[in-house]
Amino acid sequence: LPVWFSINADYFFLQFTIPIDNGDSVKTAEADSQRTLYPYVTGTSIVAIKYKDGVLMASDMGGSYGSTLRYKNIERMKAIGKHSLLGASGEISDFQEILRYLDELVLNDNMWDDGNSLGPKEVHNYLTRVMYNRRNKFNPLWNTLVLGGVKNGESYLGMVSMIGVSFEDNHVATGFGNHLARPILRDEWHADLSFEDGVKLLEKCMRVLLYRDRSAINKLQIAKITEEGVTVSQPYSLKTFWEFKAFNNPTAGAEGSW
Amino acid sequence: MDLNLDAPHSMGTTIIGVTYNGGVVLGADSRTSTGMYVANRASDKITQLTDNVYVCRSGSAADSQVVSDYVRYFLHQHTIQLGQPATVKVSANLIRMLAYNNKNMLQTGLIVGGWDKYEGGKIYGIPLGGTVVEQPFAIGGSGSSYLYGFFDQAWKENMTKEEAEQLVVKAVSLAIARDGASGGVVRTVIINSEGVTRNFYPGDKLQLWHEELEPQNSLLDILNAAGPEPMAM
Repeated sequence: LPVWFSINADYFFLQFTIPIDNGDSVKTAEADSQRTLYPYVTGTSIVAIKYKDGVLMASDMGGSYGSTLRYKNIERMKAIGKHSLLGASGEISDFQEILRYLDELVLNDNMWDDGNSLGPKEVHNYLTRVMYNRRNKFNPLWNTLVLGGVKNGESYLGMVSMIGVSFEDNHVATGFGNHLARPILRDEWHADLSFEDGVKLLEKCMRVLLYRDRSAINKLQIAKITEEGVTVSQPYSLKTFWEFKAFNNPTAGAEGSW
Repeated sequence: MDLNLDAPHSMGTTIIGVTYNGGVVLGADSRTSTGMYVANRASDKITQLTDNVYVCRSGSAADSQVVSDYVRYFLHQHTIQLGQPATVKVSANLIRMLAYNNKNMLQTGLIVGGWDKYEGGKIYGIPLGGTVVEQPFAIGGSGSSYLYGFFDQAWKENMTKEEAEQLVVKAVSLAIARDGASGGVVRTVIINSEGVTRNFYPGDKLQLWHEELEPQNSLLDILNAAGPEPMAM
């Protein structure tokens, strides 16, 4: 960027985001203009599993604005460098900012031109530091992130929350997925799942989320990371089942009930 | 009833941006309210940033004006340095920069629309929080709540310029009918490779909706025009 441009941006930043410090460490809402209070446009669950050739990750394409399903074409999973895939739930503007940070990270990594490239473990560690440090300043990035990848034949799958809690596992889920998808995964996940079985397992989880999560929409993508690289599927919709007899006329046996 | 004339100026608003085959159409109502009082019944919420990029403003009038002013200033410098017109994407990202970095203080939702030679007509929605979303059409402001269903049904790709403008005028007009914070006239701005056209549709030139009546000069006209028993049940 040209020099004059950054001066303007800094000038603006200085003018409008001066932290007000009256000595208290815990600031009131009015006095503290530096604390993120609540999210506006949010994405719902991410579900991800390790499988035979790498990692599979699923997310829907919704961006909710409170209770309104406002945006229906948001990609919440993005490739990072050659070896990683980042999925995010929570505030979309914060996710977009994280992607900018990672862009810079990958750019600087490429500029070394030394044949090395950032693997998923490194990216996950970087994100953990970013999220935890923001949490310590009481100004979190309002996201739960899922980082999956494959490098040198090793699969990696990890998660970071908005308060900096970070861990790896064979299967992870965010938001509602924690309550609805993980029980399914605990029962049915096993090592060396084929691609087909992995996709079916994820679709089973996403269908349950569609039935039971108010902020889920029926438009999803599944992403795959293997040694070859990252691919994100086209958007598609799942069939749903409503033909249980009890759904058809639930009050048949007891008129007036619900 | 307390009018609360000291309440901050807020544009309740209905704003719309729509792409069509060759450019974009931006539309908005014209009501600015201070609490329950209509401070300005003929505001212009579609603001120019460059020759080829305009922005629809909603939310706090002050916040949206100051953000527009800064971005117009940045884009002016950028255009001089670049040596050619700024793209719609750059304009949207500059607004995003201000909206995101000051998210705790700003309360404004914006729709950026314009035409450039690389991407043609583009619309970017920038809601509260500073998310940027490129969309074939965008709606915003308090009146937009009443238009989600309408657009789900009425929107189609590759409309002509006339179809797109008619859709925008109809939509703003429908929102005005139901949203107390929207009202006044419908303004549209059409941007394409040929340039920019501003249009103005006063309230009385719009189609009437459910339970709305044809405006009259006076009851007396009705009484005189009608037959012998106009006042009868």
